[in-house]
Amino acid sequence: MDWQALGLSVRLAAIVAAVLLALALPLAYWLSVTRFRGRFLIEAVVSLPLVLPPTVLGFYLLVLLGARSPIGRWWIAWTGHGLAFSFEGLVVASLIYSLPFAVQPLAAAFAQLDPSLRAASAVLGASPLRTFARITLPLSLEGVLAALVLTFAHTIGEFGVVLMVGGNLPGVTRTVSIAVYDQVQALQYDQAQATALALLVLSFGLLAAVYAIRRRPWAASTIA
Amino acid sequence: MGGIDDRLMLAASIRSRLHAGFTLDVELRAAPGITMVFGPSGSGKSTLLNCLAGLRRPDGGRIAVGDRVWFDGARGANVPVRQRNLGFVFQELALFPHMSVEQNLQYGIGRLPLAERRSRIAATAESFRIAHLLQRRPRELSGGERQRAALARALVTNPTLLLLDEPLSALDHVTQSRIIDDLRAWNGAHAIPILYVTHSHREVFALGEHLVVLDQGRLVAEGSPHTVLHAPEHEAVAQLAGFENFLDARVISRDPGSGTMRCRLLGTEVDLEAPITRVEAGDAVRIAVRAGDILLGTEQPRGLSARNVLPGTLTSVQREGATVVAMVDAGSRFEVHLTPAALTSLQLTVSQAVWLIIKTHSCRIVGRSS
Repeated sequence: MDWQALGLSVRLAAIVAAVLLALALPLAYWLSVTRFRGRFLIEAVVSLPLVLPPTVLGFYLLVLLGARSPIGRWWIAWTGHGLAFSFEGLVVASLIYSLPFAVQPLAAAFAQLDPSLRAASAVLGASPLRTFARITLPLSLEGVLAALVLTFAHTIGEFGVVLMVGGNLPGVTRTVSIAVYDQVQALQYDQAQATALALLVLSFGLLAAVYAIRRRPWAASTIA
Repeated sequence: MGGIDDRLMLAASIRSRLHAGFTLDVELRAAPGITMVFGPSGSGKSTLLNCLAGLRRPDGGRIAVGDRVWFDGARGANVPVRQRNLGFVFQELALFPHMSVEQNLQYGIGRLPLAERRSRIAATAESFRIAHLLQRRPRELSGGERQRAALARALVTNPTLLLLDEPLSALDHVTQSRIIDDLRAWNGAHAIPILYVTHSHREVFALGEHLVVLDQGRLVAEGSPHTVLHAPEHEAVAQLAGFENFLDARVISRDPGSGTMRCRLLGTEVDLEAPITRVEAGDAVRIAVRAGDILLGTEQPRGLSARNVLPGTLTSVQREGATVVAMVDAGSRFEVHLTPAALTSLQLTVSQAVWLIIKTHSCRIVGRSS
C-alpha cells in the first residue's frame, strides 16, 4: 500500500475540487441564464474533456505548460521551476480535465430552479449578487455537493493526463492510480490489490454519497 | 382629475414586440383600487405585467407611477426592477421554499431598522391573517395560506403598485373572496393601484371596480365590469363575458321602426332577428348568444313573444356540474344550457327534433366578420 501516493491523490483532489467550485459557480450560472447565442460553443468546450482521450488532453497541456510556452516561461520566472512534471502542473491539468464534472451538475441545478424565484427576489429589491447568494445557491446545494464530490472522485481516478503531464515522481506527481500501474508493472500484485481496493472503496463511498444527497429537501409540494 | 389620485396613478403606454406576429401596444391608466386586466391566454397580459415590473424592457412608451418615471423610451430611461418599489405576486407565487414565512416577509425589507421590520411584519401578517403561520415553511401551508403569504410578502414593502398574475385561480370561490376582502381592506388603508390579471369572468364580476380587456396585444374595452361585459361590442369581450355561441351572418334587411334587423346565418337558410346596429344590409356580422339565453322545446311552440324559433336536431347532451350542455344543429351548431331538472322533464334523447327559442335582444352583434 503506497500511502504517500494516496495522500498525494487526496491532496490534489481536494485542491482541485475547491478551486474548480469557485471557477464553475459563475460559469455554470452564466450558462444557465445567458441568452448569448454562442452559448452552445462554450458548452461544447467545457464538455471536451469528457470525450478527448487523456493522452490528447495531456499532450496539449504539456505543450501549453512546457518551458517553451508563454505560460510555462512566466511560471518559471515566477517560481523558479517548470509547471510540467510538478504538483502545480498536475493541479492545472486536473482543473481542466475535471471541469465538466463541476459545471454540469451546477448548471443542471440552476436550470431546475423556478425562474420566478429569481424574479421575485429582484422585485423585492435584491441585486443579482444577493439573489444568487440568498436564493439560487441555497436552493442548488444538491448540485454544489454533487459537483464537489464528482470532481474530487474524478481527480482521484485520473491516470492518462497525470502520466503525460506529471510523470511519476514519488511525493510530487505520483498519484495512487500511477502507483497501481507501477505495482502491476513490477508484478507486485499483492500491493496492487491493496491499493486498487482502497481506491475502489473510496470511489464507491463518494458516489454513494452523491446519490444519497440527490433528494430535494426544499422542493415545495405542487399540490396542497 | 388632480388631487390625491394623480399622485398615486399608474400611467403607462407600452409597446413591446414579442415576436413577428405579436406586439403589445396599450395605453393604460389605473387609479388606486383594483383594476381587473382581463383577456384570453396569449392576449398579452403577462407581457404587460412584465413590462410594468421591469422584468421585460418595452420597445417604446412611458411608464410612471405618480411623478416617478420608471421607463421612458424617448429618453432611454429605465429604472431597474429592484428600484421600482412594486409588489408582484406571481402565478406560481414564488415563495422562497427554504425560508420560513417570516423570512420571506423579511426579504424585501432587510435594510429597515429591526423595530420597523418587526412592526411592519406584524401589521401585514395581521392584515392577511397569517400571524400564526410565520414560523412555517411554504410547503407546510395550504393553498390559500400560501396565497396570503405571497400577498403579505409583496405588500410588506409598502409598494406603490401591486401586480397580481392570476394569483387566486387555483382556489375555491369562498377562499378566493375571503382573501380579496382582506386585500380590499388593506387597499383601503394603503391607496395604491392594483392590477389583477385574470381570465375568469367570474372573478371579474366578483372583484373588480374597474376592468380593462386585452385582446391580441390591444386594449379593446374599458369601464366597469357590468358596462363592459353586459353589452360587449367586441368578440373577445363577449367570449370572456360568457357568450358561448358565435354565429357568422349577413344582414338581409333592417327595420329602424321596430329597432330590429334580420340576419341570415352564413351557409344556411336560417334567419335570426337581432337588435339593430349601425350596419348596412348586405354587411357580414358576427352574432353572440349566451347558451343560457336559449330556450329549448321538444314541440314547436306557439303564441310566443320571442321572434326567433329555429327547428333543429339534438346532437349531444352532457352534464357538466350543475349545468346540462346540449348541442343542437339548427343549420349552425348551437350550445344550449339547461338545468338537470329540465333535462329530466323534457326526456331528451340524442338525434331527436327540438326547437330553439331565442329573444331578439339575446342576439348581440359583436363585430363584423371578415
